[in-house]
Amino acid sequence: MSPDLVYLFWYFCIFVALLFIIGIYCILLSFNLIRAVIGLEILIKAATLLIILAGYLCNCTALAQAIVITLIVIEIVVMVVAGGMAFWAFRYNKTIDPRRLSNLKG
Amino acid sequence: MITIDLLLLLSLVFAALWTVMTVRLIRSIVGLALTSAILAALMYRLHSPLAEVFELSVCSGLISVIFITTVSFTQRISKERLRVRRKERFAKFWYLPLIVITSGLLLWRYLEIPGFDLPAQAKVLDVRHLIWNVRHLDLLGQVVILLVGVFGVVVLFKETKE
Repeated sequence: MSPDLVYLFWYFCIFVALLFIIGIYCILLSFNLIRAVIGLEILIKAATLLIILAGYLCNCTALAQAIVITLIVIEIVVMVVAGGMAFWAFRYNKTIDPRRLSNLKG
Repeated sequence: MITIDLLLLLSLVFAALWTVMTVRLIRSIVGLALTSAILAALMYRLHSPLAEVFELSVCSGLISVIFITTVSFTQRISKERLRVRRKERFAKFWYLPLIVITSGLLLWRYLEIPGFDLPAQAKVLDVRHLIWNVRHLDLLGQVVILLVGVFGVVVLFKETKE
């Protein structure tokens, strides 16, 4: 691999790590179901960028794009279902703060 | 590294930071759409135009619509509550930019660039050929997941008589 590509990979990896930090921080410190899903979405963006970068470096962008398209389909379904669950949580409890969802006792 | 890539990466991290730190949910959703749009530009720079189109249309467009629909079902908060929430959020999140900047600087300064070899370059295929003729199982999985999503929407958003 040429030194230029190694530098490119390394700099992108630093920014991917920063996106992971932001997403995990958001999930851990937000007491709101919708914000937790937004944090998850940022984590997925970081993973997407890493897959596309790997495809670019290995010169197999077609495979990377196929995987990313599958990832996007899964992402949209997860977001729709999570949105529906937040909606139901609000409907029954009048809040989307997970600390107050105390009626979910197993 | 090309300057435009660096600018796009920096704006990606700033958009993600704004998404997480802003108080109002609608602004947060707009920030997420902006993050997706910048990611789509990066995908274009990395020679992945089909994934870029998907990212821009689905993640930047459709997911924003879903989030806005969900938020519209929830309750509007009063100005006093918003003020309190802004203070709470600032107390929790003011050091996130510091963490991000410090981590970035530490990674840039102290991590050694590893010397490694990538696997041999793959035979270049057309993405449409790859999806339809090579990765059938992925397509099957996508169809199943979409059906699960449709079922989830029907169950979760149906009207009840309560």
